[in-house]
Amino acid sequence: MSTIELRGVTKHFGAFTAVKDLSLSVSAGEVVCLLGPSGCGKTTTLRIVAGLERASGGDVVIAGKRMNDLRPDQRNIAMVFQFYALYPALTVRENIMFPLHVERLNAQTASGRVGRVARMLQLETVLERLPSQISEGEKQRVAVARAVVRDPNCFLFDEPLSRLDVELRRTMRSDIKTVLRGLSKATVIVTHDQLEALTMADRIAIMRDGVIEQIDSAHEVFAKPATAFVASFIGTPQMNLLQAQFEGVKDGHARFTIDGQPIRLPVDPAVARLAKGQVTIGIRPRALVLDEAASADSIAGKAELIEPMGAETLVHARTPFGSDIRVVVPREIRVRAGDALRLRTEARETHVFDFSGRAVRT
Amino acid sequence: MTDTAGNPAEAASVSRVFQQLVERIRLRRSATGIGDAGWGRTLFAAIVSIIYFFPVFWIILTSFKTYEDALAVPAKFFFTPTLDNFAHVFSRAYSAGGPIQNTGFALYFFNSLFISGVSVFLALAIGTIAAFGFSRYPLKGNDTYLFIILTTRMLPAIVVIIPIFIMFRVAGLAGTYAGIIALYTAFNLPFAIWMMKSFFDELALDVEDAARIDGSSDVRVFFKICLPQVLAGLAATAVFGLILTWNEFLFALLLSGVETRTVPVAMSQTIGGDIGVRWGLLAAIETLFLIPVIVVTFALQNQLLRGVTFGTIKR
Repeated sequence: MSTIELRGVTKHFGAFTAVKDLSLSVSAGEVVCLLGPSGCGKTTTLRIVAGLERASGGDVVIAGKRMNDLRPDQRNIAMVFQFYALYPALTVRENIMFPLHVERLNAQTASGRVGRVARMLQLETVLERLPSQISEGEKQRVAVARAVVRDPNCFLFDEPLSRLDVELRRTMRSDIKTVLRGLSKATVIVTHDQLEALTMADRIAIMRDGVIEQIDSAHEVFAKPATAFVASFIGTPQMNLLQAQFEGVKDGHARFTIDGQPIRLPVDPAVARLAKGQVTIGIRPRALVLDEAASADSIAGKAELIEPMGAETLVHARTPFGSDIRVVVPREIRVRAGDALRLRTEARETHVFDFSGRAVRT
Repeated sequence: MTDTAGNPAEAASVSRVFQQLVERIRLRRSATGIGDAGWGRTLFAAIVSIIYFFPVFWIILTSFKTYEDALAVPAKFFFTPTLDNFAHVFSRAYSAGGPIQNTGFALYFFNSLFISGVSVFLALAIGTIAAFGFSRYPLKGNDTYLFIILTTRMLPAIVVIIPIFIMFRVAGLAGTYAGIIALYTAFNLPFAIWMMKSFFDELALDVEDAARIDGSSDVRVFFKICLPQVLAGLAATAVFGLILTWNEFLFALLLSGVETRTVPVAMSQTIGGDIGVRWGLLAAIETLFLIPVIVVTFALQNQLLRGVTFGTIKR
């Protein structure tokens, strides 16, 4: 059974801890994305699974077998590297065939397999070329072909699309997804690009400082971010995060003060249990709507910067308490710099994070 | 009036066109920083290269001259060429009217080829593996070891020759192929290790990691993945090592025997004789001596160029 399980994996580099007590399990056929900013430990985690780094603590279990002490070549896994890591001195055909030597296939079976994979990834015309003689997109496909030509325990991808241009990225994303769907292997993809994670993964693990902050489906991490960090990391434009003083809840509306300015917002009922004190309020730019008239639960602001994005327009509004709030409005609504705005939001569209950054939610 | 009035206008337009042309060339140069050199620069480069090549050219020319032509003052550029010198390299009479004898140069050429070929091969084989070790599995204090390896090359050969001579005598290696080959191998090793290490350092580690994940042992990674990537480096190191060994004189003079004598030593012993230095003969030996180096350098030319510019173009 193709599964990956990490149990309390820790990795130290000298005094620096890259990965802290990380647990993760990926079932057969599941694609999990490790998403996070650079230096968050996601690549280290992947290399520990691959056996390229030794875990300082914890267990790496692949296909039901503890593999901590096995070398990479003994783990039977396939990995696609960020810079593809194609073998420069070998032709595309030899590159794809390289992993097959382990299985000691006869020449006919091996070239049959290479042919099948090359067909699947449209590489038939470049099989006799060297990696230096093919395009960036083709290199990427060769790297994928080399990974899927075998029947490994699991697949690992390290920033697979980071070197491609926007157009290629879009097509490769769906290509890889299609290929992976047909293989039903446990797959881990490392990326810092949320769009890549949201589109390719069954579940997304958002990492920071060597810790998984949240692991959930694309829908869940977007709709119910567990921490303020996850909230800020997922979604474009970025979620508005406001530092506020929580004063209490009345009639389903919470009262906050931001820089001495009182403000009333509809919130999740669980917020009522919160003690008074410092909190972070999160509101997505698309969750705010422009109100005609001033009301008690709207935020006043002044449009400062207008960024048309095509179908929608991103407006940066300056509030009386000095914060910059991003609002996305439909293209039909014309906003000019200097306009006074009234911003309103719905209860299920506000997120409140306690002083430690954890979401307060029912 | 009309005639003369037309001419300056024509001249002006010609000079304008010329100026535009010059301007365009200048623009093209400054825009990219790259442009074909003009005739002036090419001529200058040609003169410099003629000055460089002249001694070699003169040796080759002399090798086709008779004894008299070689000594002629003023020097002769045009003469009736002769191949006698080349024949005399291998067999000649040692004194006027004496019997024609085998000079042994066939053996000396074989010795030179054999000794430098084997020792460079050994130095490369050992050096490449050692360099891979230093690059990929560094010891504690790796740099210190690398420094120590290089110290043997920090002294002039003449300083270490006496202890080495005594060691060879005691070990019974003096005058043997094994002895001189071992010595040259040891001489080329530091150079080979340092060169090859820098080539291995340049390689992308991801590629090796990929090969490991694809089920390769360290040995397979070395032979199948790393070695093919440093072929250019091997070629460059081989050529430098070959030239060094091929031309080595001092150790060969003291440590080679009659049977293992190399060409440089034999050449030095050709100087002299009852009729003075036979310049034509000497030049013929030198010309023959040049051929292997030129052949090897030409054969490896492409690799060599890539080798010496290795790592200057990043991924």
